[in-house]
Amino acid sequence: MPFYVSPEQQMKDKADFARKAITRGRSGVVIDYDAGFLFVSPNPSRALHKFSELYDRIAFAAAGRYNEFERLRQAGVRYADLTGYQYDRQDVTARGLANWYAQVLGTIFIESNKPLEVEIVVAEVGSAADDDQIYRITFDGTVAEEHHYLVMGGQTDPVATVLKERYTEGSTLAGAMAVAVAALAAGQAASQGSGQGGAAQGNGSSERTEITAASLEVATLDRSRTSHRMFRRLEGARLEALLAQARVSGTVAEPADAPGTSAAPDAPAAGPDDSPAA
Amino acid sequence: MISKSCGDLKDWKDSRVAPDFDGQRHAPFLTAGTSSFTDFLGLAAPDLLPARAAAGGGASADGLDLPHATTIVAATCADGVVIAGDRRATMGNMIAQRDIEKVFRSDEFSAVAMAGTAGIGMDLIRLFQVELEHYEKIEGRILSLEGKANRLAAMVRGNLGAAMQGLVVIPLFVGFDTDRGVGRIFSYDAAGGKYEEHRFFSIGSGSVFARGSLKKLYRDEMPIADTVMACMQALYDAADDDSATGGPDVSRGIYPVVATITADGYERLTDADTATYATTVVQGRLASPDGPTVSPG
Repeated sequence: MPFYVSPEQQMKDKADFARKAITRGRSGVVIDYDAGFLFVSPNPSRALHKFSELYDRIAFAAAGRYNEFERLRQAGVRYADLTGYQYDRQDVTARGLANWYAQVLGTIFIESNKPLEVEIVVAEVGSAADDDQIYRITFDGTVAEEHHYLVMGGQTDPVATVLKERYTEGSTLAGAMAVAVAALAAGQAASQGSGQGGAAQGNGSSERTEITAASLEVATLDRSRTSHRMFRRLEGARLEALLAQARVSGTVAEPADAPGTSAAPDAPAAGPDDSPAA
Repeated sequence: MISKSCGDLKDWKDSRVAPDFDGQRHAPFLTAGTSSFTDFLGLAAPDLLPARAAAGGGASADGLDLPHATTIVAATCADGVVIAGDRRATMGNMIAQRDIEKVFRSDEFSAVAMAGTAGIGMDLIRLFQVELEHYEKIEGRILSLEGKANRLAAMVRGNLGAAMQGLVVIPLFVGFDTDRGVGRIFSYDAAGGKYEEHRFFSIGSGSVFARGSLKKLYRDEMPIADTVMACMQALYDAADDDSATGGPDVSRGIYPVVATITADGYERLTDADTATYATTVVQGRLASPDGPTVSPG
């Protein structure tokens, strides 16, 4: 016998289901620095990416279920390439993509039994920091414009708290990396603490979970690149060097340092091999 | 075209399910299941395919005077490959454009140039550029040079219908094979046949003269500067004997477009550099109008 379920209840059930699934994962961080955006997330895989290039100045970041956001990423690449081919490269914008994603996610949320368990972010670097844009699109198609930084997926509160405390505008890449890594470490410590129950809470913060280059996925959208494609993955030796710099600038610049003194030398000179393999 | 859109309308009306406009509109993006942008375009917006747009009607384009791009030369060298094209487009006996560009970067390690109907050729190249970048973004890896050459062959074959009506476009594809560490050249015919060329090649209306010139100037494993110079000489010779090929335009400062592809990637020579090469050629021709000579035998 079919039961009547009110639309309100149906929507609420779907939303709870999606929200719970997204919260289970690990958090990722998007943060801006003087030359663009930095994307950092724990990700042991070298092949299954959370951050990718969508178009020249626009990147995609996601949290949640991989197969679902990978499908959305590919759809976004198709949408962007089609728009750019039909009109012009400069007519592909983060705002357009965010609206398009919002419609896709909204439709799927309403029409299918299972909503997508994803949270996606579309970021675009402008020619100056004022033109930078970040949009967050959630599983039900809600779009929100964010400023300077955001956390996606996982237990966001502890990560967001650290970001809010330590974020400074116009920092170097290493400075932004230090903030992102500290925020992610706080998130990991909190989730381990809550996992082991209240007793271990005190240990969690003192014994910081070690974040290594091998366990991170890191990418940038860098407006200073000479190529028309601004997205770049940081891997291997380049990432090790950035992490080392971030550790230095992180300890030096910790409490309310004058801006500028934290200026660790920027990322090592990029070789000619820095083509943005997606 | 008309009959097709009527078909779509009928499907729409006949569908039992209420048309959910969002779902239908988004479906091709979410379900395309292909890494090829051209294939995706065929699904989502077939009218945007250059060949499809050109092939409408079935009438011959013989009566139309359309701009035609002319001569392209390419030569391999010690470090990679050099490609160069003159700047003239002709429309019948008229010069349609003096400073057209026919040599383009297709991705980090390859370049593509075209001869033939300029309107179709430009779109074909634009589509090819998106095709390579699209594959790279979807798959997370760069196509092999052979793979890129094969994709281009398929796209030229897609233009066969338009070619039969007289809208022929022939590309020349060059690239640096990062696996083998050498520069390679691929030529095509209107039916999409792909042929790997060795050492040097030329296409377009002045190609016969350019190839004859390159044959005498080309040496294996030449340094890159000498190879650029040989290509410049070849284009000068093509312009000398073919009315549709433009020579260096000293008074306007318009010189051939030259690009090199090496292990460091694609690089287009600056206008100042090409001006230097072209002026050297022109100066040399003032002394000997037929170009450099060696004693036969």
